[in-house]
Amino acid sequence: MDKPKKIRPAPEITPEIVREHGLTVEEFRRITDLIDRTPNMTELGIFSVMWSEHCSYKSSRPYLRKLPVEGPKVLQGPGENAGVIDIGDGLAVVFKIESHNHPSFIEPRQGAATGVGGIMRDIFTMGARPIALMNSLRFGDLEEPRTRFLLNGVVDGIASYGNCTGVPTVGGEIYFDSCYNGNILVNAFCLGLVKTDRIFLAGAGGVGNQILYVGSKTGRDGIHGASLLASSEFDETTEDKRPTVQVGDPFTEKLLIEACLELFEFDWVMGVQDMGAAGLTSSSFEMAHRAKTGVFMDLSKVPLREEGMIPYEILLSESQERMLFVIEPGHENEAFAILDKWGLDGAIIGEVIEESCVRIQFDGKEVVNLPVFPVVDGALDLKREVKHPEYLDQVAHIDLTELPDFSRGDTALKKLLACPNIASKEWVFEQYDHMVRLNTLVLPGSDAAVLRIKDTQKAVAISVDCNSRYCYLDPYEGAAIAVAEACRNVVCSGAKPIGLSNCLNFGNPEKPEIMWQFQQAVEGMGDACRFFDIPVVSGNVSFYNETKGEAIYPTPTIAVVGLIEDQNRIMTQGFKKSGDQIALIGFTMEELGGTEYLKIMFDRSEGKPPVLDRKHEKQVQDFCWELIQKGFISSAHDCSEGGLAIAVAESCFSYGGQTLGATLTLESTLRNDTLLFGETQSRIIISFPEERINEIEDLAMTFPVDFSLIGKVGGSHFTVTVNEEEVIKQEINILKEIWKTSLGSYAGQVT
Amino acid sequence: MLAQIHVTFKEGILDPQGKTVHHALNDLGYDEVLDVNIGKYLEIKLDSASEEEAEIRVREMCEQLLANTVIESFRFTIVPTE
Amino acid sequence: MKCGIVVFPGSNCDHDCYHILKHILNQETHWLWHKEEVDLESFDLVVLPGGFSYGDYLRAGAIARFSPIMNSIIRFAKKGGKVLGICNGFQILLECGLLPGVLIQNQSRKFICKNVFVCIDNPDTAFTQDCGEKNVLQIPIAHHQGSYYIDPYSLSQLEENGQIIFRYCEPGGNVSVESNPNGSVGSVAGVANEQKNVMGMMPHPERCADPLWSRTDGQIIFQSLISNS
Repeated sequence: MDKPKKIRPAPEITPEIVREHGLTVEEFRRITDLIDRTPNMTELGIFSVMWSEHCSYKSSRPYLRKLPVEGPKVLQGPGENAGVIDIGDGLAVVFKIESHNHPSFIEPRQGAATGVGGIMRDIFTMGARPIALMNSLRFGDLEEPRTRFLLNGVVDGIASYGNCTGVPTVGGEIYFDSCYNGNILVNAFCLGLVKTDRIFLAGAGGVGNQILYVGSKTGRDGIHGASLLASSEFDETTEDKRPTVQVGDPFTEKLLIEACLELFEFDWVMGVQDMGAAGLTSSSFEMAHRAKTGVFMDLSKVPLREEGMIPYEILLSESQERMLFVIEPGHENEAFAILDKWGLDGAIIGEVIEESCVRIQFDGKEVVNLPVFPVVDGALDLKREVKHPEYLDQVAHIDLTELPDFSRGDTALKKLLACPNIASKEWVFEQYDHMVRLNTLVLPGSDAAVLRIKDTQKAVAISVDCNSRYCYLDPYEGAAIAVAEACRNVVCSGAKPIGLSNCLNFGNPEKPEIMWQFQQAVEGMGDACRFFDIPVVSGNVSFYNETKGEAIYPTPTIAVVGLIEDQNRIMTQGFKKSGDQIALIGFTMEELGGTEYLKIMFDRSEGKPPVLDRKHEKQVQDFCWELIQKGFISSAHDCSEGGLAIAVAESCFSYGGQTLGATLTLESTLRNDTLLFGETQSRIIISFPEERINEIEDLAMTFPVDFSLIGKVGGSHFTVTVNEEEVIKQEINILKEIWKTSLGSYAGQVT
Repeated sequence: MLAQIHVTFKEGILDPQGKTVHHALNDLGYDEVLDVNIGKYLEIKLDSASEEEAEIRVREMCEQLLANTVIESFRFTIVPTE
Repeated sequence: MKCGIVVFPGSNCDHDCYHILKHILNQETHWLWHKEEVDLESFDLVVLPGGFSYGDYLRAGAIARFSPIMNSIIRFAKKGGKVLGICNGFQILLECGLLPGVLIQNQSRKFICKNVFVCIDNPDTAFTQDCGEKNVLQIPIAHHQGSYYIDPYSLSQLEENGQIIFRYCEPGGNVSVESNPNGSVGSVAGVANEQKNVMGMMPHPERCADPLWSRTDGQIIFQSLISNS
């Protein structure tokens, strides 16, 4: 016989409790106004998560509204679980990038793993099979004691989750900077493929339709994760928040993917939403909101993992690997048959109702009765103060005349190749299965990942980029550069950019200087997207990345997806043949602001980021794309961190094991350091057989773009002469060894 | 009833995890550590009629599934619970 | 050749094997759901694909080996039917005893995904007979628990019986410590049973059998089976 359930008496709502729930006095007052009474404890919990920064975007909405979100190929922009872009042949790509920063700092393996799980669910919840994962990771200083532990943990977490679910992790970026010492960033990206007539939206439409809970049982995981972790800074009490990190189960996720994709075949599936941050609460309210209906739920029917759970806990639990389906009545048994086949739990827990409210019952008693609108949309935009930060006055200028130039660049080259921001990431991507599903045409290690689209001639290219040091020095330009760079990377693979997702990682928005950074970055990104004509179809904001008052650099991570019409017209960054000519598209300016060179050699993060001439950038990208279409070139690689010399060296190392040397013969009036290691934008290094020179030069003149021959592939050395003086000469195999082993050596040390 | 089961590698099987942890402990100054062996600990709640029956059944479980007897050995205790 | 590809909860490379056998090599290919005991007599080949059946929880393949389909496969194998286990499939064949030995965690304790070279130790099996002059194949691996282990006496027995089919090696064919990615004894990458009708291998031949990629060494294994059927 069941023991009678003990219901704890609900505590009285005091100002202390309101504060503990992350709500201000004004917000609480607004809640009581909107619903015409005081909420009970469970209802307070609901408002607490739904009005949290993480779920409501109250600080960021005013700025995000101004982003360009439309385009002829956009089937779904921001507002759903992910963005959808038509790629022709009856297919569309579904993609998004999202953060899981705070949990990953506390428990890196599980935090990163559940981040991967969460983003995948956002994709297959729309009816798409996930076909690629990528990630953007940022860690603290190498010398910081926790960095090695966090690096190993996060990579292990991503690997263990992604590999188990059979979705290849095909690329990404990793950076190290002391600004991330107390706040690492783990941004996870996922892309899926869907038929355009089988896209599922998250709406609870159709009064009388049944609400079907699918997936893992609900436990006490992560209660208040959204509210507490993602919406507050870290301090000495952070360790006490440890119980709020969830453990991921990639096996169940895999079963969920297969079961959901089978369910999607049926017309009686009307809507679907995954339970992510704020769990059952957010999914039910948001589904009702989108369909302009209401929802009735009986929490007694929810499959539970723990004993004695109360409604508050059931509603706020962030147990992973759970979905909510809306299905037409009469098809419950068919649904259960599919769930049974895959060994998944399922239960009908409620139904769609006409009144635009959410009514929740537990043990026969009504415990929640809230109108939908105030919960989902009631949080007011917070008009945060913005103020130009003082630090910019100190760091915005460097005087090049203060810095000694060099006559030999060998030492700088080796130091830069060894620095983990530039060094090979092979140690990382060898831990990811990047080949499963047989779609990966360009494996990790090139500018962009390229995946074929089976049964078509097409392919998609993906790049994830952000140089946060540029954003620190000038958030507007830095964000614009991130957009330009991500586009440039997919263009170098032969693709045309078709859509963008962004993950905006910033410090505490209650500080006017941080809010100013955010405003600037969003404007910079938006203006760049408008200029390059790329719609923003999805995104995520992560605030409060600060520890004891020290904020991270503004880090607007940009993911761009590009489309390649013909799989035979794909390009990679490695030199292919001895004797090929090396050329530079674009030109180099005398600037060193914000460069990796300046940081590594002089320990300075100062100056202005390199100039981005948008029109020039577009011409360079268009020219490169044209060259690839015409089949004139053998490789294309853009210049980014470390500049020209590093880009050429990387091209030497990158071609499937083969290491070809290179000889550069440069003529310039610039300083050696800016010429070789400056990070001027809009530059691409290409290589091609000698017989193509005239055709390429002629084409360059029609654009027009700057184009100069700079050297030749071949030999066993990497040699650079400037104005006939030798500036660098190193054995290519030695350079490759430094570049290849640096990160692995760091990560593998025990202490 | 509760079965507390330990599954460990047999003598002579390479245990890379154990080896790594051994070195890490030594590096941290615990020079007295001579060897580290990492295994699995399982707790299984049972509704068995008696301790004797539980022992027989748990042994079967270990041999059939819980341990790969080619390279792993197991030991267990049955603890009565209220 | 009539092929069956087993799908366990958590199999990932089932679709890849299906794509190669059906779309690239035009063989009659069927799905075999793990929960069903099926009469496999009319089949020429059963493939246990790679992936993470049951999440690799407890030990890779430890739970999948108890699936009902395995009874059918054991009967099929005893009658001489050809069974190919790739990666997780290899792990399952070891757990159920159709192949000797075990697979333990990689020496580096990390998952490894990369191209490696293997040399064909026994070119006279149904799985390798079409190799011709080619003795060294380049095939990708992707595993965490791929280090083959068997006691020294049994290893020598396997060698004597020609049951070692593939070993990790250098591009030129030389078997060395450096070219062994996971610490397998004897650099073993694939073994067969005594009758040589059941083979398990850690590398993924289906990942290099589509002409879309420049390397198609994996085709040799499938072609050998087709010729043999």
